[in-house]
Amino acid sequence: MELKQLKRLGEYQWEIPRDKDMRVPALVFASEDLVSDMDEKVREQLSNVASLPGIVKAAIAMPDAHWGYGFPIGGVAAFDPDDGGIISVGGVGYDISCGVRNLLTGLTRDEILPLLESLIDRLFRVVPSGVGSEGKIRLKPAELDDVLTGGAQWAVEMGYGLPEDLAHTEEEGRLEGADPSCVSDIAKRRQYRQVGTLGSGNHYLEIQYVEEIFHQPSAEAFGLKQGDVIVAIHCGSRALGHQIGTDYLQVLGKAGKKYQIPIKERELVCAPIKSPEGEKYYKAMVCGVNCALANRQVITHLTRQVFHEIFPKAAVKNLYDVSHNTCKIEEHKVNGKVKRLYVHRKGATRAFGPGRPEVPEAFKNVGQPVLIGGTMGTCSYILVGQETGEALAWGSACHGAGRSMSRRAALKRWKGRKIISELAHRGILIRAASYRGAAEEAPEAYKDVTSVVDSTHRAGLARKVAKLRPMACIKG
Amino acid sequence: MTAFFETFDHGADIGIRGRGKTLSEAFENSAKSMFSLLVEDLDTVIPEKSVIISCESFDLEGLFVAWLNSLLAESDMQRLIFSDFKVKIQDLRLSGTAMGEPFDFSRHQRGVEVKGATFTELAVRQDGDWWIAQCVVDV
Repeated sequence: MELKQLKRLGEYQWEIPRDKDMRVPALVFASEDLVSDMDEKVREQLSNVASLPGIVKAAIAMPDAHWGYGFPIGGVAAFDPDDGGIISVGGVGYDISCGVRNLLTGLTRDEILPLLESLIDRLFRVVPSGVGSEGKIRLKPAELDDVLTGGAQWAVEMGYGLPEDLAHTEEEGRLEGADPSCVSDIAKRRQYRQVGTLGSGNHYLEIQYVEEIFHQPSAEAFGLKQGDVIVAIHCGSRALGHQIGTDYLQVLGKAGKKYQIPIKERELVCAPIKSPEGEKYYKAMVCGVNCALANRQVITHLTRQVFHEIFPKAAVKNLYDVSHNTCKIEEHKVNGKVKRLYVHRKGATRAFGPGRPEVPEAFKNVGQPVLIGGTMGTCSYILVGQETGEALAWGSACHGAGRSMSRRAALKRWKGRKIISELAHRGILIRAASYRGAAEEAPEAYKDVTSVVDSTHRAGLARKVAKLRPMACIKG
Repeated sequence: MTAFFETFDHGADIGIRGRGKTLSEAFENSAKSMFSLLVEDLDTVIPEKSVIISCESFDLEGLFVAWLNSLLAESDMQRLIFSDFKVKIQDLRLSGTAMGEPFDFSRHQRGVEVKGATFTELAVRQDGDWWIAQCVVDV
């Protein structure tokens, strides 16, 4: 992005000044380096979001922002239903409720190392991944509706996991307001065999260890010590979420015309929150959220079983589960008044500080864990939500490293086999369903996650707690 | 003359493009481009089973996205990977056939999953004697 077109508000805060169509300004939180590396498309898309009806305060981009579908990836925007506010497919994304779950294992790096290879091989066999893979669970239509209304709570009731897993999941594993009748038959039929599968692309299951602790009180609350082994699960609502997105692009596209909402990009299609179409999309999207929560819960169960098989003393606990593609109804203060807003986070993680009712009991005094996935060759981070982030960006933080190189360019530059053997030399074991996938996901095709996280920390969006290093990774 | 189907760059995902002497051919070749992402060598996929696809839309570009998304949905539901396509288009209605076989991991080298076709970089246009259809797919 051209720096001269931006107004610098602080070391890590930039404003895109309003043009004639923007109802509010747009804000970018990032260091000078990250902002100047950002695609011009981020500026364009963020300005488009700022032009939507009912947007409150600002259209916001996180430090890892890049060109997305309608909204930039790393985009955050809140809409007021009482002020003509809209709900948008582009503000949620195609992979509804894609997110990260971190599991504590009760084991240290030294304990795992001698058996790391058999552990990752076993996990690769047990957790279905890659294109064309099928889940262990086959569902009938009525059962799938239970997944869509019950989320991770459904999974635990079916025996996939422990009740305490739910307390450490956003929305306690089940978002209220799902209506499976708003989800098409095709969306459901695509999902029958996909519950409990990882998928492909940037999705993964990774074994990591805590290399460094930055904030001791939060680390204690989260149960993290240096050398501890963590499992990170990154995936979403699979085919169902995508089909909901595809279906509602049509529905909201028509609605947008009916309600005469001007949009500058097709994927920004939206409808008033208070319209039959908007309400329907919200209910369908909630189904997508619950599907993703159930999915990560089933994968948790499979992972736990493998750990117990290989390490009888393992105590696999859910640290936390965050979603970074959502629209959620939240209360926020606007000009001193508490308002009920529809907060879209597309490639952005909720990062609530202490005191918010959404934060689980165990983290009430420190804030919610914010789980940031890096690449298979670099590192990942755990941050904690802060009160300052609420005033800045509705309590939101970055979600990952963000790509710096296209998949096609990565594919030309690297061979999957070579990436995997190079990482093996560095002690990181990769099991990939596809060599192509491994090449596309080459660590160097991503921005430096550390600078993204540092910007998030320094901007006051969330505080750094721990740095995690990969030991082994399953790539879909 | 460039290839009948190819991919193109996009920041986070990937673009697919098909060309043809007719609009239908461009749609067919674009589908090949998309499925060449799912499996390393499309020639290894035997077109032994066929599935009928029909869709419609409000414009040609909408129809193109609907066609690709219908193929992905059928591929998921029927557990098939497609390698050959036949398309007829009339008045923004498409009727077509997709042919392929179930994924066989002993013969097919896996590529990446395509979650859906998007409206980004979407174009269906005529360029001289050729029709070109393209869009970015979310992977």
